[in-house]
Amino acid sequence: MRAAPRWQMPSVSVHPRCSDRQGERVNLNQALEIVGQTNPGMVRSHNEDSITFDAEYGLAVLADGMGGYNAGEVASGIAVSVLASEIRHRMESVSPEQKEAGSEDEIGVALLRDNVKKANLSIFNAAQSQPQYAGMGTTIVAGLFYDNRVAVAHVGDSRMYRLRGEVFETVTRDHSLLQEQIDSGVISKELARLSQNKNLVTRAVGIDADVVPEVHVYDVEVGDIYLFCSDGLNDMVEDEDIGATLQMLQGNLTLAASQLIEQANDNGGRDNVSVILVKIKGGYAAPRGLWAKLVSWFRN
Amino acid sequence: MPAKLILSMDGSVIKEYPLTKERTTIGRKPHNDITIDNLAVSSEHAAVITILNDSFFEDLNSTNGSMVNGAPTQKHFLQNNDVIEIGKYKLKYLNDQPTQTSAADFEKTMVLRAPIKQSAASVVPVADSGAKFESTTQYNATAPKPASAATPAAAPTPTPVAVIQILNGPNLGKELELSKNLTTLGKPGVQVAVLARRPHGYFITHVEGGSFPLVNGSSIGEQPHQLNDHDVIELAGIKMEFYLKN
Repeated sequence: MRAAPRWQMPSVSVHPRCSDRQGERVNLNQALEIVGQTNPGMVRSHNEDSITFDAEYGLAVLADGMGGYNAGEVASGIAVSVLASEIRHRMESVSPEQKEAGSEDEIGVALLRDNVKKANLSIFNAAQSQPQYAGMGTTIVAGLFYDNRVAVAHVGDSRMYRLRGEVFETVTRDHSLLQEQIDSGVISKELARLSQNKNLVTRAVGIDADVVPEVHVYDVEVGDIYLFCSDGLNDMVEDEDIGATLQMLQGNLTLAASQLIEQANDNGGRDNVSVILVKIKGGYAAPRGLWAKLVSWFRN
Repeated sequence: MPAKLILSMDGSVIKEYPLTKERTTIGRKPHNDITIDNLAVSSEHAAVITILNDSFFEDLNSTNGSMVNGAPTQKHFLQNNDVIEIGKYKLKYLNDQPTQTSAADFEKTMVLRAPIKQSAASVVPVADSGAKFESTTQYNATAPKPASAATPAAAPTPTPVAVIQILNGPNLGKELELSKNLTTLGKPGVQVAVLARRPHGYFITHVEGGSFPLVNGSSIGEQPHQLNDHDVIELAGIKMEFYLKN
Protein backbone atom coordinates (compact mmCIF):
# COMPACT_ATOMS: atom_id res chain seq x y z
CA MET A 1 0.00 0.00 0.00
CA ARG A 2 2.92 2.27 0.75
CA ALA A 3 4.41 3.95 -2.30
CA ALA A 4 7.96 2.84 -2.97
CA PRO A 5 10.48 5.68 -2.59
CA ARG A 6 11.27 7.25 -5.94
CA TRP A 7 15.02 6.83 -6.47
CA GLN A 8 16.93 9.67 -7.95
CA MET A 9 20.03 8.24 -9.60
CA PRO A 10 23.02 10.56 -9.62
CA SER A 11 23.34 11.86 -13.15
CA VAL A 12 26.56 11.45 -15.03
CA SER A 13 26.65 14.12 -17.70
CA VAL A 14 28.81 13.87 -20.77
CA HIS A 15 29.43 17.30 -22.17
CA PRO A 16 31.70 18.94 -24.74
CA ARG A 17 34.64 20.68 -23.09
CA CYS A 18 36.11 23.89 -24.42
CA SER A 19 39.79 23.20 -24.94
CA ASP A 20 40.97 26.19 -22.95
CA ARG A 21 38.76 25.17 -20.00
CA GLN A 22 39.83 21.53 -20.00
CA GLY A 23 41.25 20.49 -16.65
CA GLU A 24 40.15 23.66 -14.83
CA ARG A 25 36.81 22.34 -13.66
CA VAL A 26 37.38 20.01 -10.77
CA ASN A 27 35.38 16.79 -10.94
CA LEU A 28 34.12 16.12 -7.43
CA ASN A 29 33.01 12.52 -8.03
CA GLN A 30 35.88 11.17 -5.92
CA ALA A 31 35.51 13.59 -3.05
CA LEU A 32 31.72 13.47 -2.65
CA GLU A 33 29.20 10.67 -2.27
CA ILE A 34 25.65 11.88 -2.85
CA VAL A 35 22.36 9.96 -2.56
CA GLY A 36 18.83 11.29 -2.65
CA GLN A 37 15.29 9.98 -2.21
CA THR A 38 11.82 11.46 -2.32
CA ASN A 39 8.52 9.94 -1.19
CA PRO A 40 4.91 11.19 -1.25
CA GLY A 41 4.40 10.09 2.37
CA MET A 42 1.41 8.24 3.79
CA VAL A 43 -1.36 10.81 3.40
CA ARG A 44 -0.89 12.86 0.24
CA SER A 45 -1.74 11.64 -3.22
CA HIS A 46 0.78 13.91 -5.00
CA ASN A 47 4.48 14.43 -4.40
CA GLU A 48 5.17 18.15 -4.68
CA ASP A 49 8.81 17.88 -3.61
CA SER A 50 11.56 17.87 -6.24
CA ILE A 51 15.21 16.95 -5.85
CA THR A 52 18.29 16.83 -8.04
CA PHE A 53 21.97 16.24 -7.36
CA ASP A 54 25.22 15.79 -9.25
CA ALA A 55 28.41 14.72 -7.50
CA GLU A 56 30.54 15.69 -10.49
CA TYR A 57 29.53 19.35 -10.11
CA GLY A 58 29.15 19.22 -6.34
CA LEU A 59 25.52 20.26 -6.57
CA ALA A 60 22.46 19.35 -4.48
CA VAL A 61 19.07 21.04 -4.84
CA LEU A 62 15.82 20.32 -3.00
CA ALA A 63 12.48 22.13 -3.31
CA ASP A 64 9.11 21.72 -1.55
CA GLY A 65 6.31 23.11 -3.73
CA MET A 66 2.97 24.61 -2.70
CA GLY A 67 -0.20 25.46 -4.61
CA GLY A 68 -3.54 24.04 -5.67
CA TYR A 69 -4.01 21.05 -7.96
CA ASN A 70 -0.51 19.97 -9.02
CA ALA A 71 0.93 23.49 -9.05
CA GLY A 72 3.32 22.67 -6.21
CA GLU A 73 4.86 19.94 -8.32
CA VAL A 74 5.29 22.41 -11.20
CA ALA A 75 6.84 25.10 -8.99
CA SER A 76 9.37 22.84 -7.27
CA GLY A 77 10.18 21.18 -10.60
CA ILE A 78 10.98 24.53 -12.21
CA ALA A 79 13.15 25.52 -9.25
CA VAL A 80 15.39 22.44 -9.33
CA SER A 81 15.71 22.29 -13.08
CA VAL A 82 16.58 26.00 -13.45
CA LEU A 83 19.29 25.74 -10.81
CA ALA A 84 20.73 22.48 -12.09
CA SER A 85 20.89 23.40 -15.76
CA GLU A 86 22.04 27.00 -15.31
CA ILE A 87 24.75 26.13 -12.80
CA ARG A 88 26.10 23.20 -14.82
CA HIS A 89 26.17 25.38 -17.90
CA ARG A 90 27.94 28.30 -16.22
CA MET A 91 30.50 26.06 -14.56
CA GLU A 92 31.83 25.12 -17.98
CA SER A 93 33.30 28.60 -18.25
CA VAL A 94 33.80 29.85 -14.68
CA SER A 95 35.21 28.46 -11.44
CA PRO A 96 33.07 28.89 -8.35
CA GLU A 97 35.93 29.87 -6.03
CA GLN A 98 36.92 32.83 -8.18
CA LYS A 99 35.65 36.27 -7.27
CA GLU A 100 32.93 37.87 -9.32
CA ALA A 101 34.10 40.80 -11.44
CA GLY A 102 33.93 43.97 -9.34
CA SER A 103 32.59 42.21 -6.26
CA GLU A 104 33.72 40.57 -3.04
CA ASP A 105 31.38 37.63 -3.65
CA GLU A 106 32.63 34.32 -4.91
CA ILE A 107 31.14 33.08 -8.17
CA GLY A 108 29.72 30.06 -6.32
CA VAL A 109 27.66 32.36 -4.12
CA ALA A 110 26.55 34.45 -7.10
CA LEU A 111 25.59 31.32 -9.07
CA LEU A 112 23.25 30.18 -6.33
CA ARG A 113 21.77 33.56 -5.57
CA ASP A 114 21.26 34.63 -9.17
CA ASN A 115 19.69 31.34 -10.20
CA VAL A 116 17.30 31.22 -7.28
CA LYS A 117 16.17 34.65 -8.48
CA LYS A 118 15.95 33.33 -12.04
CA ALA A 119 13.82 30.41 -10.88
CA ASN A 120 11.69 32.83 -8.91
CA LEU A 121 10.91 34.88 -12.00
CA SER A 122 10.22 31.75 -14.02
CA ILE A 123 7.72 30.45 -11.48
CA PHE A 124 6.17 33.86 -10.89
CA ASN A 125 5.60 34.38 -14.60
CA ALA A 126 4.15 30.90 -15.05
CA ALA A 127 1.81 31.58 -12.13
CA GLN A 128 0.60 34.78 -13.75
CA SER A 129 -0.07 33.12 -17.08
CA GLN A 130 -2.14 30.11 -15.99
CA PRO A 131 -5.11 30.33 -13.60
CA GLN A 132 -4.50 26.88 -12.13
CA TYR A 133 -0.95 27.96 -11.21
CA ALA A 134 -1.97 31.21 -9.52
CA GLY A 135 -0.22 31.66 -6.19
CA MET A 136 2.08 28.68 -6.65
CA GLY A 137 5.48 28.76 -5.04
CA THR A 138 8.18 26.65 -3.53
CA THR A 139 10.81 26.55 -0.85
CA ILE A 140 14.35 25.81 -1.92
CA VAL A 141 17.62 24.71 -0.35
CA ALA A 142 20.66 24.31 -2.58
CA GLY A 143 24.29 23.43 -1.87
CA LEU A 144 27.30 23.95 -4.13
CA PHE A 145 30.46 22.19 -2.96
CA TYR A 146 33.79 23.64 -4.17
CA ASP A 147 37.30 24.31 -2.88
CA ASN A 148 36.80 22.47 0.43
CA ARG A 149 33.78 24.59 1.17
CA VAL A 150 30.03 24.57 0.61
CA ALA A 151 27.87 27.51 -0.38
CA VAL A 152 24.24 27.11 0.76
CA ALA A 153 21.29 29.13 -0.45
CA HIS A 154 17.81 28.74 0.97
CA VAL A 155 14.36 30.31 0.91
CA GLY A 156 11.67 28.97 3.23
CA ASP A 157 11.68 26.04 5.65
CA SER A 158 13.50 23.29 3.78
CA ARG A 159 16.75 22.69 5.63
CA MET A 160 20.36 21.73 5.51
CA TYR A 161 21.78 19.89 8.53
CA ARG A 162 25.36 18.86 9.19
CA LEU A 163 26.77 15.87 11.05
CA ARG A 164 30.37 16.47 12.05
CA GLY A 165 31.80 13.86 14.42
CA GLU A 166 29.21 13.50 17.17
CA VAL A 167 27.54 16.86 16.57
CA PHE A 168 24.36 17.04 14.49
CA GLU A 169 22.77 20.44 13.93
CA THR A 170 20.77 22.58 11.52
CA VAL A 171 22.88 24.88 9.41
CA THR A 172 20.07 26.89 7.81
CA ARG A 173 17.55 28.88 9.80
CA ASP A 174 13.92 28.53 8.66
CA HIS A 175 12.16 31.49 7.07
CA SER A 176 8.99 30.78 8.99
CA LEU A 177 6.57 32.51 11.34
CA LEU A 178 7.49 30.02 14.03
CA GLN A 179 11.22 30.63 13.71
CA GLU A 180 10.69 34.39 13.90
CA GLN A 181 8.63 33.87 17.05
CA ILE A 182 11.34 31.67 18.53
CA ASP A 183 13.99 34.23 17.60
CA SER A 184 12.07 37.08 19.20
CA GLY A 185 11.34 35.07 22.35
CA VAL A 186 7.59 34.82 21.79
CA ILE A 187 7.61 31.02 22.04
CA SER A 188 10.13 28.47 23.26
CA LYS A 189 11.67 25.90 20.92
CA GLU A 190 10.01 23.08 22.89
CA LEU A 191 6.50 24.57 22.75
CA ALA A 192 7.00 25.40 19.09
CA ARG A 193 6.59 21.70 18.31
CA LEU A 194 2.93 21.93 19.34
CA SER A 195 2.21 25.04 17.29
CA GLN A 196 -0.56 25.09 14.67
CA ASN A 197 1.47 27.64 12.74
CA LYS A 198 4.26 25.22 11.94
CA ASN A 199 4.05 25.46 8.20
CA LEU A 200 3.73 29.19 7.55
CA VAL A 201 6.79 30.39 5.68
CA THR A 202 7.70 34.06 5.48
CA ARG A 203 9.68 33.73 2.26
CA ALA A 204 8.99 31.58 -0.78
CA VAL A 205 10.17 31.28 -4.37
CA GLY A 206 7.70 32.32 -7.08
CA ILE A 207 5.23 34.25 -4.94
CA ASP A 208 6.56 37.75 -5.64
CA ALA A 209 8.42 39.30 -8.57
CA ASP A 210 11.53 39.41 -6.41
CA VAL A 211 12.97 37.15 -3.72
CA VAL A 212 15.93 37.43 -1.38
CA PRO A 213 17.65 34.06 -0.88
CA GLU A 214 19.83 33.66 2.17
CA VAL A 215 23.33 32.49 1.15
CA HIS A 216 26.27 31.47 3.34
CA VAL A 217 29.58 29.69 2.81
CA TYR A 218 30.97 27.15 5.25
CA ASP A 219 34.24 25.26 5.52
CA VAL A 220 33.92 21.54 5.01
CA GLU A 221 35.85 18.71 6.71
CA VAL A 222 36.46 15.17 5.50
CA GLY A 223 33.93 12.94 7.25
CA ASP A 224 31.19 15.57 7.32
CA ILE A 225 27.72 14.46 6.26
CA TYR A 226 25.26 17.08 4.97
CA LEU A 227 21.52 16.42 4.97
CA PHE A 228 19.18 18.46 2.76
CA CYS A 229 15.53 17.78 3.57
CA SER A 230 11.97 19.02 3.24
CA ASP A 231 9.86 19.63 6.36
CA GLY A 232 8.15 16.30 5.71
CA LEU A 233 11.19 14.83 7.49
CA ASN A 234 11.83 17.16 10.40
CA ASP A 235 8.12 17.58 11.17
CA MET A 236 7.70 13.81 11.55
CA VAL A 237 11.06 12.80 13.08
CA GLU A 238 12.86 14.47 15.99
CA ASP A 239 16.26 16.00 15.22
CA GLU A 240 17.83 13.65 17.75
CA ASP A 241 16.55 10.60 15.87
CA ILE A 242 17.64 12.00 12.51
CA GLY A 243 21.14 12.58 13.88
CA ALA A 244 21.32 9.13 15.47
CA THR A 245 20.25 7.50 12.21
CA LEU A 246 22.93 9.34 10.23
CA GLN A 247 25.58 8.57 12.78
CA MET A 248 24.78 4.86 12.81
CA LEU A 249 24.28 4.33 9.12
CA GLN A 250 26.94 6.61 7.65
CA GLY A 251 28.67 3.53 6.26
CA ASN A 252 25.74 3.02 3.89
CA LEU A 253 24.33 6.33 2.71
CA THR A 254 21.58 4.78 0.61
CA LEU A 255 20.31 2.85 3.62
CA ALA A 256 20.53 5.98 5.78
CA ALA A 257 18.33 7.86 3.30
CA SER A 258 15.71 5.12 3.13
CA GLN A 259 15.68 4.71 6.92
CA LEU A 260 15.01 8.44 7.37
CA ILE A 261 12.06 8.27 4.97
CA GLU A 262 10.80 5.09 6.60
CA GLN A 263 10.86 6.73 10.03
CA ALA A 264 8.96 9.74 8.72
CA ASN A 265 6.31 7.42 7.27
CA ASP A 266 6.16 5.19 10.36
CA ASN A 267 5.51 8.32 12.42
CA GLY A 268 2.56 9.29 10.24
CA GLY A 269 4.04 10.53 6.97
CA ARG A 270 1.63 13.46 6.83
CA ASP A 271 3.59 15.30 4.14
CA ASN A 272 5.84 14.56 1.16
CA VAL A 273 9.33 13.73 2.43
CA SER A 274 12.65 14.20 0.60
CA VAL A 275 16.28 13.84 1.60
CA ILE A 276 19.65 14.37 -0.10
CA LEU A 277 22.73 13.15 1.76
CA VAL A 278 26.22 14.37 0.88
CA LYS A 279 29.21 12.62 2.43
CA ILE A 280 32.65 14.22 2.23
CA LYS A 281 35.00 11.35 1.43
CA GLY A 282 38.05 13.45 0.59
CA GLY A 283 39.38 16.97 0.15
CA TYR A 284 38.57 18.95 -3.01
CA ALA A 285 40.70 22.05 -2.98
CA ALA A 286 40.52 24.11 -6.16
CA PRO A 287 43.66 23.92 -8.28
CA ARG A 288 45.89 26.93 -7.73
CA GLY A 289 48.94 27.84 -9.78
CA LEU A 290 50.12 26.27 -13.03
CA TRP A 291 51.45 23.02 -11.51
CA ALA A 292 48.19 22.29 -9.69
CA LYS A 293 46.26 22.96 -12.88
CA LEU A 294 48.43 20.54 -14.84
CA VAL A 295 47.99 17.84 -12.22
CA SER A 296 44.23 18.22 -12.20
CA TRP A 297 44.20 18.13 -16.00
CA PHE A 298 45.80 14.67 -15.96
CA ARG A 299 43.48 13.50 -13.21
CA ASN A 300 40.40 14.52 -15.17
CA MET B 1 -11.09 16.18 -7.61
CA PRO B 2 -13.49 13.70 -6.00
CA ALA B 3 -15.01 14.05 -2.55
CA LYS B 4 -13.17 12.20 0.20
CA LEU B 5 -13.35 10.67 3.63
CA ILE B 6 -10.67 11.34 6.22
CA LEU B 7 -10.26 8.49 8.69
CA SER B 8 -9.04 9.49 12.14
CA MET B 9 -8.98 8.33 15.73
CA ASP B 10 -8.37 10.38 18.86
CA GLY B 11 -7.57 13.35 16.72
CA SER B 12 -4.82 11.64 14.69
CA VAL B 13 -5.35 11.42 10.97
CA ILE B 14 -4.86 7.87 9.78
CA LYS B 15 -5.59 8.04 6.07
CA GLU B 16 -7.48 9.87 3.32
CA TYR B 17 -9.87 7.96 1.05
CA PRO B 18 -10.97 9.62 -2.20
CA LEU B 19 -14.52 8.58 -3.13
CA THR B 20 -13.85 7.40 -6.66
CA LYS B 21 -16.22 4.42 -6.80
CA GLU B 22 -19.99 4.29 -6.88
CA ARG B 23 -19.89 2.12 -3.74
CA THR B 24 -17.21 2.54 -1.07
CA THR B 25 -17.45 -0.13 1.62
CA ILE B 26 -16.41 0.21 5.27
CA GLY B 27 -15.82 -2.71 7.63
CA ARG B 28 -13.48 -4.97 9.55
CA LYS B 29 -12.76 -7.49 6.80
CA PRO B 30 -9.83 -6.64 4.51
CA HIS B 31 -11.91 -6.76 1.30
CA ASN B 32 -13.54 -3.46 2.31
CA ASP B 33 -12.39 -0.21 0.64
CA ILE B 34 -11.94 1.26 4.09
CA THR B 35 -10.74 -1.46 6.45
CA ILE B 36 -10.95 -0.73 10.16
CA ASP B 37 -9.37 -3.58 12.08
CA ASN B 38 -11.26 -3.20 15.36
CA LEU B 39 -13.67 -5.57 17.14
CA ALA B 40 -16.29 -2.83 17.58
CA VAL B 41 -16.59 -2.68 13.78
CA SER B 42 -18.68 -5.26 11.91
CA SER B 43 -17.16 -7.26 9.03
CA GLU B 44 -19.29 -5.25 6.60
CA HIS B 45 -20.31 -2.28 8.63
CA ALA B 46 -21.42 0.46 6.22
CA ALA B 47 -21.16 1.86 2.72
CA VAL B 48 -20.98 5.23 0.98
CA ILE B 49 -22.82 5.49 -2.32
CA THR B 50 -21.55 8.20 -4.66
CA ILE B 51 -23.54 9.44 -7.64
CA LEU B 52 -21.79 12.28 -9.48
CA ASN B 53 -21.25 14.94 -6.78
CA ASP B 54 -23.61 13.50 -4.15
CA SER B 55 -22.70 10.92 -1.52
CA PHE B 56 -25.03 8.89 0.70
CA PHE B 57 -24.04 7.03 3.84
CA GLU B 58 -25.74 3.75 4.72
CA ASP B 59 -25.28 1.52 7.77
CA LEU B 60 -25.44 -2.17 6.72
CA ASN B 61 -27.29 -3.44 9.81
CA SER B 62 -24.05 -3.44 11.80
CA THR B 63 -23.93 -4.79 15.36
CA ASN B 64 -22.97 -1.53 17.07
CA GLY B 65 -24.54 0.92 14.59
CA SER B 66 -23.12 4.17 13.20
CA MET B 67 -23.50 7.86 14.01
CA VAL B 68 -23.44 10.93 11.79
CA ASN B 69 -22.80 14.26 13.49
CA GLY B 70 -23.45 12.65 16.85
CA ALA B 71 -26.84 11.08 16.08
CA PRO B 72 -27.44 7.32 15.45
CA THR B 73 -28.10 6.99 11.71
CA GLN B 74 -29.28 4.35 9.26
CA LYS B 75 -29.12 6.45 6.09
CA HIS B 76 -27.80 9.97 5.53
CA PHE B 77 -27.29 12.32 2.59
CA LEU B 78 -23.72 13.49 3.32
CA GLN B 79 -22.98 17.21 3.39
CA ASN B 80 -19.55 18.80 3.42
CA ASN B 81 -17.86 18.45 6.85
CA ASP B 82 -20.22 15.79 8.16
CA VAL B 83 -18.55 13.40 10.60
CA ILE B 84 -19.39 9.69 10.58
CA GLU B 85 -18.57 7.78 13.76
CA ILE B 86 -17.95 4.04 13.81
CA GLY B 87 -16.75 2.77 17.16
CA LYS B 88 -13.92 5.11 18.20
CA TYR B 89 -13.14 5.99 14.59
CA LYS B 90 -14.25 9.13 12.79
CA LEU B 91 -14.71 9.59 9.06
CA LYS B 92 -14.97 13.19 7.97
CA TYR B 93 -16.69 13.77 4.66
CA LEU B 94 -15.22 16.51 2.46
CA ASN B 95 -16.67 17.58 -0.86
CA ASP B 96 -14.44 19.31 -3.40
CA GLN B 97 -15.22 23.01 -3.30
CA PRO B 98 -12.73 25.84 -4.02
CA THR B 99 -12.72 27.00 -0.40
CA GLN B 100 -12.42 23.45 0.91
CA THR B 101 -9.68 22.30 3.23
CA SER B 102 -8.75 18.83 4.40
CA ALA B 103 -6.83 17.33 7.28
CA ALA B 104 -3.89 17.02 4.91
CA ASP B 105 -3.70 20.83 4.89
CA PHE B 106 -2.49 20.68 8.49
CA GLU B 107 0.96 19.97 7.15
CA LYS B 108 0.65 22.10 4.02
CA THR B 109 3.18 24.90 3.75
CA MET B 110 1.57 28.29 3.18
CA VAL B 111 3.07 31.71 2.62
CA LEU B 112 2.66 34.50 5.10
CA ARG B 113 2.31 37.93 3.50
CA ALA B 114 1.81 40.36 6.36
CA PRO B 115 4.92 41.69 8.13
CA ILE B 116 5.52 40.00 11.47
CA LYS B 117 4.92 42.15 14.53
CA GLN B 118 7.41 41.71 17.35
CA SER B 119 4.86 41.90 20.17
CA ALA B 120 3.57 38.53 21.35
CA ALA B 121 -0.19 38.26 21.49
CA SER B 122 -1.22 40.56 18.70
CA VAL B 123 0.26 38.54 15.81
CA VAL B 124 -2.54 37.52 13.48
CA PRO B 125 -1.11 35.80 10.42
CA VAL B 126 -2.68 36.69 7.08
CA ALA B 127 -1.96 33.91 4.61
CA ASP B 128 -1.45 34.40 0.90
CA SER B 129 -4.69 32.77 -0.20
CA GLY B 130 -6.83 34.39 2.48
CA ALA B 131 -10.01 32.33 2.24
CA LYS B 132 -8.07 29.11 2.42
CA PHE B 133 -6.32 30.09 5.64
CA GLU B 134 -9.54 31.13 7.34
CA SER B 135 -11.19 27.82 6.56
CA THR B 136 -8.18 26.04 7.99
CA THR B 137 -8.53 28.04 11.21
CA GLN B 138 -12.20 27.11 11.35
CA TYR B 139 -11.35 23.46 10.90
CA ASN B 140 -8.79 23.71 13.70
CA ALA B 141 -11.43 25.00 16.07
CA THR B 142 -13.72 22.05 15.62
CA ALA B 143 -11.25 19.22 15.10
CA PRO B 144 -8.82 17.94 17.71
CA LYS B 145 -5.10 18.71 17.32
CA PRO B 146 -2.99 16.30 15.35
CA ALA B 147 -0.83 14.04 17.47
CA SER B 148 2.80 15.00 18.04
CA ALA B 149 5.35 13.69 15.60
CA ALA B 150 6.65 10.96 17.88
CA THR B 151 3.40 9.01 17.99
CA PRO B 152 3.17 6.30 15.35
CA ALA B 153 -0.10 6.53 13.45
CA ALA B 154 -2.64 3.70 13.20
CA ALA B 155 -0.70 1.13 15.24
CA PRO B 156 -3.49 -0.75 17.01
CA THR B 157 -1.14 -2.53 19.42
CA PRO B 158 2.15 -1.09 20.73
CA THR B 159 5.34 -2.85 19.54
CA PRO B 160 6.45 -5.38 22.19
CA VAL B 161 9.88 -4.87 23.73
CA ALA B 162 12.59 -7.09 22.24
CA VAL B 163 15.92 -8.30 23.54
CA ILE B 164 19.10 -9.65 21.98
CA GLN B 165 21.05 -12.26 23.95
CA ILE B 166 24.62 -13.17 22.95
CA LEU B 167 25.06 -16.92 22.55
CA ASN B 168 28.83 -17.29 22.09
CA GLY B 169 32.20 -15.57 22.41
CA PRO B 170 33.54 -13.44 25.26
CA ASN B 171 30.18 -11.66 25.76
CA LEU B 172 28.22 -14.89 26.13
CA GLY B 173 25.01 -14.35 28.10
CA LYS B 174 24.97 -10.55 27.77
CA GLU B 175 21.60 -9.02 26.95
CA LEU B 176 20.72 -5.85 25.04
CA GLU B 177 17.20 -4.43 25.16
CA LEU B 178 16.08 -2.91 21.86
CA SER B 179 14.38 0.17 23.21
CA LYS B 180 15.49 2.67 20.56
CA ASN B 181 14.27 3.09 16.98
CA LEU B 182 17.60 1.93 15.61
CA THR B 183 20.32 -0.20 17.19
CA THR B 184 23.50 -1.06 15.30
CA LEU B 185 25.42 -4.28 15.80
CA GLY B 186 29.00 -5.03 14.82
CA LYS B 187 32.12 -3.06 14.11
CA PRO B 188 31.88 0.23 12.14
CA GLY B 189 33.94 0.07 8.98
CA VAL B 190 34.15 -3.73 9.16
CA GLN B 191 30.75 -5.40 9.54
CA VAL B 192 27.61 -3.59 10.64
CA ALA B 193 23.92 -4.50 10.73
CA VAL B 194 21.07 -2.36 12.01
CA LEU B 195 18.01 -3.46 13.99
CA ALA B 196 15.02 -1.21 13.36
CA ARG B 197 12.10 -1.05 15.76
CA ARG B 198 9.02 -0.21 13.68
CA PRO B 199 5.29 -0.05 14.47
CA HIS B 200 4.70 -3.50 12.98
CA GLY B 201 7.78 -5.35 14.16
CA TYR B 202 11.54 -5.54 14.19
CA PHE B 203 13.71 -5.65 11.08
CA ILE B 204 17.39 -6.40 10.57
CA THR B 205 19.23 -4.83 7.62
CA HIS B 206 22.79 -5.16 6.40
CA VAL B 207 24.61 -1.82 6.57
CA GLU B 208 28.21 -2.46 5.55
CA GLY B 209 30.83 -5.21 5.41
CA GLY B 210 32.01 -8.12 3.31
CA SER B 211 29.20 -10.54 4.11
CA PHE B 212 25.51 -10.36 4.93
CA PRO B 213 24.09 -11.22 8.36
CA LEU B 214 22.58 -14.70 8.80
CA VAL B 215 19.20 -15.32 10.39
CA ASN B 216 18.61 -18.97 11.38
CA GLY B 217 21.54 -19.93 9.20
CA SER B 218 20.41 -18.18 6.01
CA SER B 219 21.91 -15.03 4.56
CA ILE B 220 19.44 -12.16 4.57
CA GLY B 221 20.92 -10.37 1.56
CA GLU B 222 20.56 -6.63 0.99
CA GLN B 223 16.90 -6.21 1.92
CA PRO B 224 15.47 -5.61 5.41
CA HIS B 225 14.44 -8.89 7.04
CA GLN B 226 11.65 -9.10 9.59
CA LEU B 227 12.64 -10.89 12.80
CA ASN B 228 10.47 -13.45 14.56
CA ASP B 229 10.52 -14.47 18.20
CA HIS B 230 13.59 -16.67 18.93
CA ASP B 231 15.33 -16.06 15.61
CA VAL B 232 19.10 -16.61 15.81
CA ILE B 233 21.17 -13.87 14.20
CA GLU B 234 24.80 -14.39 13.23
CA LEU B 235 27.08 -11.45 12.49
CA ALA B 236 30.88 -11.42 12.24
CA GLY B 237 31.06 -14.79 14.00
CA ILE B 238 28.88 -13.74 16.91
CA LYS B 239 25.57 -15.59 17.41
CA MET B 240 22.70 -13.96 19.22
CA GLU B 241 19.09 -14.78 19.91
CA PHE B 242 16.30 -12.29 19.23
CA TYR B 243 13.31 -12.66 21.51
CA LEU B 244 10.25 -10.67 22.52
CA LYS B 245 9.70 -9.88 26.18
CA ASN B 246 6.48 -11.24 27.70
